Amino acid sequence: MTLNSRLLACVGASLLAGCITINIYFPAAAAEKAADKIIDEVWQLQSKSAAEAPKEKSP
Amino acid sequence: MMRLLVFLFGCVWALAAAAQGNLDISSLAIDQFKTSMTKRHPQLLPWYQAGAIGLAKDGTIALRDPDAVPLSQRQSVTSLVAGENADRAGLYREIARANGNPAWEPDIRATFAQRWAERAPAGWWVQNATGTWQKK
Repeated sequence: MTLNSRLLACVGASLLAGCITINIYFPAAAAEKAADKIIDEVWQLQSKSAAEAPKEKSP
Repeated sequence: MMRLLVFLFGCVWALAAAAQGNLDISSLAIDQFKTSMTKRHPQLLPWYQAGAIGLAKDGTIALRDPDAVPLSQRQSVTSLVAGENADRAGLYREIARANGNPAWEPDIRATFAQRWAERAPAGWWVQNATGTWQKK
């Protein structure tokens, strides 16, 4: 086994491990975004302010 | 040799970028839980404001002060809380499942717990990480 092929095997193994880590990594920022979207809907935070706005304009 | 290494690193970067996208929250089950919670919310609202119900640190809601609810209504509020918590548990589970990672459920629950507490209006009660109830 040459030095090069050993190096390649090492790098390959560590990259493979990296891929597996990425796959199980929890996307915290995306989860916060998703949670905020659902909270807006359930608590009607956006629809409420949207519904109030036209009322104020009407005479 | 070097080119191959560069190519392999490129592959990993691409995968890492893909993993940073959005969480999928559009399954039928997720919609059903969301609709049910949205419909229930107006009934829960006065009890949040009265401090009878608070947002717990585990992403559920809790009847933290039963004395703030008249005895005649206590049973209906208790069942509202139970219904809400069943929907929330289902919601967290289904979001994890819709994204191909059922094992993410505790992380999703923790994220929601933190966001519910953060977004709660002034006057509502939230439970901090050590379990103490605080009025916002």
